[in-house]
Amino acid sequence: MLTKRIIPCLDIKEGRTVKGVNFGNLRDAGDPVELAARYSEEGADELTLLDITATLEKRSTFLQVVEDVAAAVSIPFTVGGGIANEHEVEKLLSKGADKVSVNTASLRDPELITRLSDAFGDQCVVVAIDARLIDGEWLVVSHAGTRITERKTIDWAKEVCDRGAGEILLTSFTADGSRNGFSLDITREVAENVPVPVIASGGAGLPAHFLDVFVEGMADAALAAGIFHYQVIGIEEIKSFLRKHKIAVR
Amino acid sequence: MKQQIKIIDYKAGNIASVRHAFRRLGLEAGLAAFPEDLEDADKLIFPGVGHARAAMNILKEKDMDQAIKAFKGPVLGICLGMQLMADSSEEGDMQGMGLFPDKIKRFSGDFKVPHMGWNSLYGLEGPLFANVPEASHVYFVHSYYMPKSSRAIALCQYGEAFTAACSKDQFFGVQFHPEKSGKPGMQILQNFIDL
Repeated sequence: MLTKRIIPCLDIKEGRTVKGVNFGNLRDAGDPVELAARYSEEGADELTLLDITATLEKRSTFLQVVEDVAAAVSIPFTVGGGIANEHEVEKLLSKGADKVSVNTASLRDPELITRLSDAFGDQCVVVAIDARLIDGEWLVVSHAGTRITERKTIDWAKEVCDRGAGEILLTSFTADGSRNGFSLDITREVAENVPVPVIASGGAGLPAHFLDVFVEGMADAALAAGIFHYQVIGIEEIKSFLRKHKIAVR
Repeated sequence: MKQQIKIIDYKAGNIASVRHAFRRLGLEAGLAAFPEDLEDADKLIFPGVGHARAAMNILKEKDMDQAIKAFKGPVLGICLGMQLMADSSEEGDMQGMGLFPDKIKRFSGDFKVPHMGWNSLYGLEGPLFANVPEASHVYFVHSYYMPKSSRAIALCQYGEAFTAACSKDQFFGVQFHPEKSGKPGMQILQNFIDL
């Protein structure tokens, strides 16, 4: 049986893992290669590495991290942050990444999703959607949450699938960093209406939150950062809780 | 003398991950981009990600498809690599190498496609799965699959039972990614070294 995935996320800035609240107030959270190896050992099903500087001059530092992580772990990982063209994807994949996630560039240039999916296969293309609850409506936000677009999250989620996305990473900007639980309503709405797997992100604080997002949110995978970096909960603790509640995990 | 394992390098494979995995097992795998690169190889890894027909066309440009077919040692096709070794694929109406007499189909049904994540194996057979326990979880990422066949040496369930691994003569194929499948994956690669 296909299992639900737990995915630690490493936000990487200048070669270090950092973590903030609502996409700001960054704190250092350790060496990404050491963290990746630790999570792999502890039973993480996959990893996500996001380059949160993503400026041209810092790119080589990130590529080195990707290569070092690929050498250190034998689980799949996705990389993202500032990816805007096929050439960058090719470089990241050649360093050992399995999938890439695109966000802001796909909003600016939705055709990018199709081009990447044609060139590298849809299984390789994750579209990251940051959603924020504004006056009762889940709108897509961009540029690390600082710009509110007019797109409705559900509409954009359907569109990216039509364009060739193989997976959606849905982050609730509203819940991110709160540790009060995932945003279940929007996660479920997206998961029920797209043909591809959905990774829920933002708000994880307790093992019960993961159960909720898999059962009520119907997510295929759940991503978290801070609670793992600061050892608030362990991956195995979450998995044994899920097993107790009859959720298939590895 | 230490054996030489080479990875088919045709710009459509997850080569770095496969090389890293062999390095963790203490073996430096070489690369093979042209048919003559196969001459001093004992075994081949045939990786693959991306689109079936696009990948097949790249292979054909350099006659690598013929070179792989003619190879006398063990060959392990991974993911798309395995699918290219089959007769044909629905993906882009691809004509494959015909090493496995199977047709690759696209998943369709009331479930998510791609089949992405960790799923369990059963019906494990043969030396490739030595010391790999039944129900081991391995990592899959694919939208196309080989239906259950008589050449299957491992099965997996997603919508229906499908071929997770197959073999015919010296040719092996795995639909999942052993290089990304933690402990059981490393055991499978070790078994390939030990063949």
